[in-house]
Amino acid sequence: MAEINLLEAIRQGIDEMMAHDPGVFILGEDVGKRGGVFRVTEGLMDKYGAQRVIDSPLAESVIVGACIGAALNDTRPIAEIQFADFIHPAFNQIVSEAARMRYRSNGDWGVPLVIRAPYGGGIHGALYHSQSIEAFFAHVPGLKVVAPSTPYDAKGLIKSAIEDPDPVLFLEHKKTYRLIKGQVPDHDYRVPIGKAEVKRPGDDITLIAYGLMLHFCLEAAQVLAGDGVSVEVLDLRSLRPLDTEAILGSVRKTGKALVVHEDNLTGGFGGEISALISEHAFEHLDGPVMRLAGPDVPAMPFAKPLEDAFMPSPEKIVAALRKLAAY
Amino acid sequence: MPQLGESVTEGTVGTWLKQPGEPVAKYESLLHVITDKVDTEVPAPEAGTLLEILVPEGETVRVGTVIARLGQAQQTNLQPPVGSLQTNTESQGVSATHISNGDQSSIVNPPALSLSKGQSPISIPQSSIVNRQSPRAFLSPVVARLVAEHDLDVRQITGSGANGRITKQDVMRYLETRPATGDRRPEPVELRPATGDRRPEPIREAREERQDGTQHAVRSPQSAVRSFDLPEDAELLPLTPMRRAIAEHMEHSVRTAPHVTTVMEVDVSAIAMHRARNKEAFERQGVRLTFTPYFVQAVCAGLQAVPVLNSNFTDEGIVVQRRLHVGVAVALNEGLLVPVIRDADEKNLLGLARAVNDLSERARTRRLKPDETQGGTFTITNHGTSGSLFATPIINQPQVGILGVGAIVKRPVVVSQHGVDAIAIKPMCYLSLTFDHRVADGATADAFLVAVKRALEGYA
Repeated sequence: MAEINLLEAIRQGIDEMMAHDPGVFILGEDVGKRGGVFRVTEGLMDKYGAQRVIDSPLAESVIVGACIGAALNDTRPIAEIQFADFIHPAFNQIVSEAARMRYRSNGDWGVPLVIRAPYGGGIHGALYHSQSIEAFFAHVPGLKVVAPSTPYDAKGLIKSAIEDPDPVLFLEHKKTYRLIKGQVPDHDYRVPIGKAEVKRPGDDITLIAYGLMLHFCLEAAQVLAGDGVSVEVLDLRSLRPLDTEAILGSVRKTGKALVVHEDNLTGGFGGEISALISEHAFEHLDGPVMRLAGPDVPAMPFAKPLEDAFMPSPEKIVAALRKLAAY
Repeated sequence: MPQLGESVTEGTVGTWLKQPGEPVAKYESLLHVITDKVDTEVPAPEAGTLLEILVPEGETVRVGTVIARLGQAQQTNLQPPVGSLQTNTESQGVSATHISNGDQSSIVNPPALSLSKGQSPISIPQSSIVNRQSPRAFLSPVVARLVAEHDLDVRQITGSGANGRITKQDVMRYLETRPATGDRRPEPVELRPATGDRRPEPIREAREERQDGTQHAVRSPQSAVRSFDLPEDAELLPLTPMRRAIAEHMEHSVRTAPHVTTVMEVDVSAIAMHRARNKEAFERQGVRLTFTPYFVQAVCAGLQAVPVLNSNFTDEGIVVQRRLHVGVAVALNEGLLVPVIRDADEKNLLGLARAVNDLSERARTRRLKPDETQGGTFTITNHGTSGSLFATPIINQPQVGILGVGAIVKRPVVVSQHGVDAIAIKPMCYLSLTFDHRVADGATADAFLVAVKRALEGYA
């Protein structure tokens, strides 16, 4: 057991899979010599060579497209999109090709591809380095979308993602890279894709989040405990497939739910969760299903006060929880 | 004056069924009340003696007006009445009728409704209903469910949520702290006539509880809505969605259209011979040739001769349909489906036979698309397949006619040729036409049947 940060956990997971399976390789901008702009792939080129850790041109469509071709030829590529903000040129390759291959070939062909993408704000990254893109992709059948929040989950999920026979979009919140540290066992383990986890049990309100917001939610739940309100914090970990039973089970127990995400509100993933709850746990609800999300403005601003206004924070979550508790 | 409906604001006292001084059993009818929506009997909310009538027969008063006093007999002349039949006014935010008996400590009243002796006429102090739930206030889905499951009186529960809303926690706390089983549960003090109430006979249920004297059991939602007592030697077959749909449709049709059935006998030799000759040829094309497509063709001929039977009745007039979409009823084990052959007049015998095969097969295997049972303009029902000779079919609304085809049976019939009568053996069939008498009269309907008969007998 060692305490490492989330970035190191992902690197360890990739490293162990590359050591174990020669078909695993990395393709992305600056992933080789520089070790990635966040240093996630640092040292891997030295260890596995330039044939398996490949610096690509600045062309996300090529990165993903080439990986799809490679994946169809018995390899397990890991495509790194330097910032999730830059994933959009590859949207067509991901949505129309990778995600559909299994269906299109009547189950015969899969694309065992992992697309890693650092997302999210709160790091003073402004318009082009702060986006949350999960809702675009969680909408797509055939694609798996995971967003771990702890080093343990990140390592276990990156390994599951690499082993998965179909494409997985692996979302890493930039702010959690070095901020979030945790114990990670030395032995080989997996965290299954599609399973949520209760990170803090409670009875009165279900608080649902993923990524960085999960940590803000845990802080907020601690504050509410001081008010005498017991908040259950559910870490989705995977957005697709979504662990509907975990969500419904928790809400059926508590009767109230708040969903938090950094992505903007309208059409955000919280709407899907809210709809799920009201459709399948209606008779257990003791209050409106609430969402706390980024505002519907075009992008995360640069100025600190504006960035703070955009980002959901523990204080905003506390306020929303108190409102729901008082309902 | 109880509120006898959502939007009812006043009621007229019809007849007093009890006079002052008369004893009244709980739930015994006390008076008739007439409103513009319902005329109903109002039962006594408690046992006692009718002490005083405050609103005479024929007088109309607002909901919430005290109309009579109910109490204990010996107190009639000695003391001020101890209870009154009272409905809270709207200003108090409570709309049901309550009874209060100040002295009868055996009856547990909601604290908000209990009264000290001597108050007369009795009204509920405004302050005491603070934080008490009005029955019409918002209940969240989970609270509504828990209240129904445990058969709780929401007015017993103190709400701690926004605006005094009862929260789930309030219900759970109440369930934990309320008197243990065996203690007397607070009697329901709510009177709600069965207008739109989800529990059709609350009064009878309550009386049953009272007679057996036991603690009220948790009632499942199913049993709560049953409107009758199931005898011990009977069995209840729950309505399948199809059975329910058929029931509603049939009831609706008979209520809507004055049904008249007229019957003609038809010699089916011509189509029987044609069928015998062509059966194999059809078989080679993968089509099973039955009698049904012949009858569909004949119905088209009939409707072309008498278009008014291919129509819908409206108050503005008869909407005659130019296109002939003929439904063919298919019997299933659990009911009946009527797939529709669209533009039946535009299909030849092969096309019709293929359509009948396909639709009836898919009806039996439940693979029909929803719109394949919609939009028919006339219906054929083949009741003869189960041996029936003639029938009185019910019209498939909003159509105006349905043709019943009876069993084809060989019968001795008199035939005349060149002025000579002879008895011959012929395959015969009764056609029963039920029509909407609003749209057509007997002669019109018979003209249709004649055209159908001619098409069948002259088939070539």
